[in-house]
Amino acid sequence: MPAQTPSQTVGPYFAYALTPEPYGYPGIASNRLVDIGTPGERILLRGRVLDGAGEPVEDALLEIWQADASGRYPTEAPGEARGFRGFGRCGTDAEGRFSFETVKPGRVPGPDGKLQAPHIAVIVTARGLLNHLVTRIYFADEVAANASDPILALVPEDRRATLIARREDHPGGPVYRFDIHLQGEQETVFFDV
Amino acid sequence: MKPNLVYGARDWSSHPPLVFPAYRSTTTRGPKKPLVPIPQTLTELTAPVYGHDAIGPLDSDLTRNAAKNGEPLGERIIVAGRVLDEAGRPVPHTLIEIWQANAAGRYIHRRDQHHAPLDPNFHGAGRCLTDAEGRYRFVTIRPGPYPWQNHDNAWRPSHIHFSLFGHAFCTRLVTQMYFPGDPLLAHDPIFQSVPAFARDRLISRFSLELTEPGWATGYAFDIVLRGPRETPMENR
Ligand SMILES: [Fe+3]
Repeated sequence: MPAQTPSQTVGPYFAYALTPEPYGYPGIASNRLVDIGTPGERILLRGRVLDGAGEPVEDALLEIWQADASGRYPTEAPGEARGFRGFGRCGTDAEGRFSFETVKPGRVPGPDGKLQAPHIAVIVTARGLLNHLVTRIYFADEVAANASDPILALVPEDRRATLIARREDHPGGPVYRFDIHLQGEQETVFFDV
Repeated sequence: MKPNLVYGARDWSSHPPLVFPAYRSTTTRGPKKPLVPIPQTLTELTAPVYGHDAIGPLDSDLTRNAAKNGEPLGERIIVAGRVLDEAGRPVPHTLIEIWQANAAGRYIHRRDQHHAPLDPNFHGAGRCLTDAEGRYRFVTIRPGPYPWQNHDNAWRPSHIHFSLFGHAFCTRLVTQMYFPGDPLLAHDPIFQSVPAFARDRLISRFSLELTEPGWATGYAFDIVLRGPRETPMENR
């Protein structure tokens, strides 16, 4: 039986391949998941990636994967929902910042058929990460759904807050803030899944 | 996605640790708290799908996809292989993205300040989809080694970065392919971070079958992703 190919770091120089627009080449994904016709509540997701010393991580790549506003993954709704790809990529800047323009996802089924709280799956890779990390963004204004979410329930209570994006209402629409701490007191919960 | 399938676990015994002090950046970037195990849900069992519309005709030929007024300098090579799962089944129609330094060991990335020439005819990035049998093939230039700041006189061995999705968010893999017999492998903490028994899985194999007479040498590199398994009822 073949064995898994080991992981290696994405290194510092992935940008011209994975987020190549600034280099004049089209990428397969960007940090804008929506167009004019995308149904659902528009949101802006903003945050920073920080290392164990509290320093910004200026060369991280974030990838997000999410359901559409009605709670369907694009692959589960062939045809009509195809316009929404559900996948985005953003490299961090010199201050460790990232942002995504998307819609708030609907609820998708969990392991026992019960609905999960709205969430966005996140992969974090960077120089210095030998394995990519997996986490999730939940939404602070989904108090009841979060309280019954089967995945959040598996996270030690005192660390759950690291997975919940704060809502700020701006004239242009809601902004959700989500910082990722790779290490330290506030280390983000990363999953083995 | 078939709802009764899940994927086998990430085989942590084959992957590097999150913190590997010889690779300095891991000491402030690798998480130190234990990962929290969760079951795979629809979120982890689905993945973005890319079809042929995402791939340009020259995307898998790095000797031509950025050519401006000639061919890139260096040793032309073919890198090909299969993407398989742990049961040896092909992973068809899945996206592979690669990037690499040019023959002189220089990336076009804005922050790469290595004192080596850029090649006006070489960009160093490519992508392709595997075919129905999980096969892929790139034409490129053998990348040169390059210095980095990790420790005194540190050099990365020649390598090509690979990024794959497979058919589920949880089968994502980012890795690097190396070349057989490279003396720098013994001194490279990134390569050495992989447990010794699994390191040869990252080294391509020279292949006379892939080699094309009078044109390019061939290197074979198979990639193995986590495989789907039937779920026992109690885990559903
Ligand atoms: Fe590299």
